[in-house]
Amino acid sequence: MRGVRLLKPLVFAVSLGPLAHLLVGAWQGSLGANPIETITRSTGLWTLRFMLITLTVTPVRRLTGWNDAIRLRRMLGLFAFFYGSLHLLTYVWLDQFFDWASIVKDVAKRPFITAGFSAYVLLVPLAITSTAGMIRRLGGRRWRRLHRLAYATAALGVVHYWWLVKADIRPPRNYAIVLAVLLLVRVAAAPRRSRTAAPHRA
Amino acid sequence: MLIRPAPDIRSSEITDESLYLRRREFMKAAAVPALAAVAGLTPSALAAGQDALPNVRKGVVTLNEGLTPWEDVTTYNNFYEFGTDKGDPARNAKNFRTKPWTVKIDGLVNKPGDYHVEDLVAPHALEERVYRLRCVEAWSMVIPWVGFPLKDLITRVQPQGGAKFVEFTTLNDPRQMPGQRVAVLDWPYVEGLRLDEAMHPLSILAVGLYGKPLPNQNGAPLRLVVPWKYGFKSIKSIVRIRLVDRQPVSSWQASAPQEYGFYSNVNPDVDHPRWTQARERRIGEFFKRKTLMFNGYADQVAGMYAGMDLKKFY
Repeated sequence: MRGVRLLKPLVFAVSLGPLAHLLVGAWQGSLGANPIETITRSTGLWTLRFMLITLTVTPVRRLTGWNDAIRLRRMLGLFAFFYGSLHLLTYVWLDQFFDWASIVKDVAKRPFITAGFSAYVLLVPLAITSTAGMIRRLGGRRWRRLHRLAYATAALGVVHYWWLVKADIRPPRNYAIVLAVLLLVRVAAAPRRSRTAAPHRA
Repeated sequence: MLIRPAPDIRSSEITDESLYLRRREFMKAAAVPALAAVAGLTPSALAAGQDALPNVRKGVVTLNEGLTPWEDVTTYNNFYEFGTDKGDPARNAKNFRTKPWTVKIDGLVNKPGDYHVEDLVAPHALEERVYRLRCVEAWSMVIPWVGFPLKDLITRVQPQGGAKFVEFTTLNDPRQMPGQRVAVLDWPYVEGLRLDEAMHPLSILAVGLYGKPLPNQNGAPLRLVVPWKYGFKSIKSIVRIRLVDRQPVSSWQASAPQEYGFYSNVNPDVDHPRWTQARERRIGEFFKRKTLMFNGYADQVAGMYAGMDLKKFY
């Protein structure tokens, strides 16, 4: 408990690292020949990474018995939302410069943008209902059901990445493998949980 | 050789007033790296350790648009043989050996042979030509190439009557080219042009940029530059030029035929299936530009495609 209280601000600070890196790079002019592309890619990758890190919390907790890990999950999930918001803002502002007609066309016509945009839309209710008050209002059961959207949004994030690469699918494939493992761990754990619940019925 | 300037100026070509008023900044931005490059002051120039190419005829083709700085031209590259990240080629091509270098010229020509690249280039007067380069990924640069018309080389090796296309091949050497150890594309890289495209006065074989020999990451020692086509058509580090009677299959065509056609002419009206080609980001600029038909070379090249459905022959 006290360990997590110390760990939390540390994880918070480290999670701001990618943003700090971009800000310093922008300040020093070291984001390369195409800074907007660099920012787009970095914020996108960190969104996906935080999604996957968030989905790692529960399996880690189960495997290690380190139950306090759950106290980091909301923050990590909100960082996924944070970097996702920056990613979307980069696209709307820096890349498209508020050319709404072109943005609407992209979202409707370009499957990879449709997937990415959907992933973000699904993140919004998860961020909104992340507060203790909302969990109480929704009730644990309904809240948990709603937050299964985290799987869908992560899958859409991977699809978004996969569909945008030109030829080298290795990077998105690696993210897909990590996501698949995280989902399989849950599938594997599910029967055990129902077995432990079973004795009541027996 | 005569390359007609565009007869009229499109509104898209007229510089916005606010940009015009800031022209000194842009000129400084463009000139400082250029001067530094000429003086051999930038790190990449120092690493290359190369002197300026001698006897280059300046201003053979000029462009009233700011040059993309040397630093950007030489660190932001698509050259998958050295890795798929834009920074990979500059990092991984440092020790690439371009001497000795042999180019095989064969197929339907009267004078086939294996030529040392120096012998291949020697008979031609080197020219500086400033061209737009439009990548299929919707970014663009303005690059002062040094090279000579491809036409002059093809004429010299005497194409036979049956020759209809030219096929180019990049070196295949996974020991030197780490990107080739992964089957991202079907190596070696192959590109092709219709013979009339290859014979067009705008098509050049480049051996340098910014007055200096080509850096390895830009396709040393010999590359193609076809400015009205997407950048991937301008094949790098060429080891073979073959005249053929059938349309070659380019590497990108083989990899994704529904996305990359043989022609791959820059065309704002024909989108890549996954993104729009109507606009582009000029490296160094914030606002996107409208992409020009045939990358702004329509007056010179559109005639070659008269009557063709460019949506079908993308």
